Amino acid sequence: MRSLYGTFLIVMSLVVGATTASAHPHVWVKAASELIYAPDGTVTGVRHTWTFDDMFSTYALQGIETRTKGVYTREELAPLAQTNVESLKEFGFFSFAKADGKKQKFVEPTDYYLEYKDAALVLHFVLPFKTPFKSRQMQLEVFDPSYFVDFQLQDKDPIKLANAPAGCAMTIERPSDGSAAAKKLGEDNFLDGSNDNFGAMFANKVTVNCP
Amino acid sequence: MILRNEDAVRRGAVWSILLVAAAMSADGVLHAALAQNPFGGPRAVPDQQVGGVIGWILAKQSEFYRAMSSTIRAAKNDGSAVWTLLGISFAYGIFHAAGPGHGKAVISSYLVANEETARRGIVLSFASALAQALVAVVIVGVGAWLLNVTAKTMCGAERIIEIASYGLIAAFGARLVWLKGGGFFRALSSSRASGPQLAMAHDHHGDGHGHHHDHHHGAGHHHHHHDYCDHCGHSHGPEPDELAGPGGWKRGLAAVAAVGIRPCSGAILVLVFALAQGLFWAGVAATFVMGLGTAITVAAIATLAVSAKGVARRLAAGRDGGGALVMRGVEFAAAGLVLLLGVGLLLGYVSAERVTCF
Repeated sequence: MRSLYGTFLIVMSLVVGATTASAHPHVWVKAASELIYAPDGTVTGVRHTWTFDDMFSTYALQGIETRTKGVYTREELAPLAQTNVESLKEFGFFSFAKADGKKQKFVEPTDYYLEYKDAALVLHFVLPFKTPFKSRQMQLEVFDPSYFVDFQLQDKDPIKLANAPAGCAMTIERPSDGSAAAKKLGEDNFLDGSNDNFGAMFANKVTVNCP
Repeated sequence: MILRNEDAVRRGAVWSILLVAAAMSADGVLHAALAQNPFGGPRAVPDQQVGGVIGWILAKQSEFYRAMSSTIRAAKNDGSAVWTLLGISFAYGIFHAAGPGHGKAVISSYLVANEETARRGIVLSFASALAQALVAVVIVGVGAWLLNVTAKTMCGAERIIEIASYGLIAAFGARLVWLKGGGFFRALSSSRASGPQLAMAHDHHGDGHGHHHDHHHGAGHHHHHHDYCDHCGHSHGPEPDELAGPGGWKRGLAAVAAVGIRPCSGAILVLVFALAQGLFWAGVAATFVMGLGTAITVAAIATLAVSAKGVARRLAAGRDGGGALVMRGVEFAAAGLVLLLGVGLLLGYVSAERVTCF
């Protein structure tokens, strides 16, 4: 009887083991973000600037009519920008914020538009917090939990604090290197849905401490 | 006495294989545990050593994939870059198939649930990979090239196809469970009712006879999926010549259809990109070469699954009455896995490489 279960497990493990998921990104984004502060020092939202990679930019532009070939104006890209922000909602805008350890929610984006620059699409949008807050410590992470999209903070000045109160200091954490971070992921496990947090390993995290 | 020894050896073999398999999965479980909780407790300290192979595969995939766009651009001016593109695509396909999607699980489980040979597993793997490539080319060829629809429309189509594929996998799994469940429970009740004595009568002839028996039974019983033969206490490996027989390939076709209609999102992106560069044909070539690479990996995994069943069969053979039960149980479990996969994918519980439209 024991080997009955054993045999069961062998085949199951082999099949399951051989099929565990290990996603890899199909879209790459260079991200830059700005934390927006109101005059009284409350954080009201995040302004994102996301630059997509070559291949995805071309893909996204498929079928978009323009007056001049290869030149896309902001107006011509408006419907696509609309689609983008609407679709991003499903993914929580790939943005995750906490104030003093408490999770903060976002509402619908405002001021969104796309521009086409150097063969790449750049998406601009403001993500207002549902409840603007004041906090000693706030954290913002930008990543895709399923790792279909690879987010990387841009090299130079990736995070800005707009009108932050004096004395606020920020620290930025990046995934040191995609491949190194990938190593600790290993295989997702299977059938238990826990691979939903897969991309957390690649998170770009900014922590702002205010007095 | 000798019998007892053999039993011990057999048990030892089972456990050692189990250990290897457990080690294989433990790696994944460990990492999944580490990958938990972006907002829960403190995240585990990065451990660069663990999962080196998987990490390497992931890194390689990204590397190959990213190299594709620059290679296609280069091919615009330099035709020889197409060869580089094909090389990269092939490598990408091999690595990529190790990830989710591409029906490894479905095909492998199907093979285990049925009396399939490794050879047929290889053919099914290639057929489904070819179908996936073909669907990708058709979507982009018709959608982007002929109709010039937007990415949003194409992505929507992809999503519908994806859901259809998952639904088919679930339906296919349900049918397998129905067929194999009957066999399993009949084997279970017959082994309970008749006890070891009757089972002995079948099994004690030993392995030599078993093989002969396979030959004899193969053709006649195959179409019944063994439902009527579970009490025989044997598993039947179909002989190669039997595969060519009427209906021989038909059963595998359902598996190929369920898996093969879902295109790879990576291939779609590559095709659209190639089209925009005026090199659609290069994208098509790359897609098929990618499919070839994918097929090789899937075929390897399918062969592994079939061999694992072969090992299980050999271990189970000669067990008093248990042989049939073990094999029917394995088949039933594999059938259940197909169903679970289909339902899991459909409900988004098993997140495969989902189509992300935005």
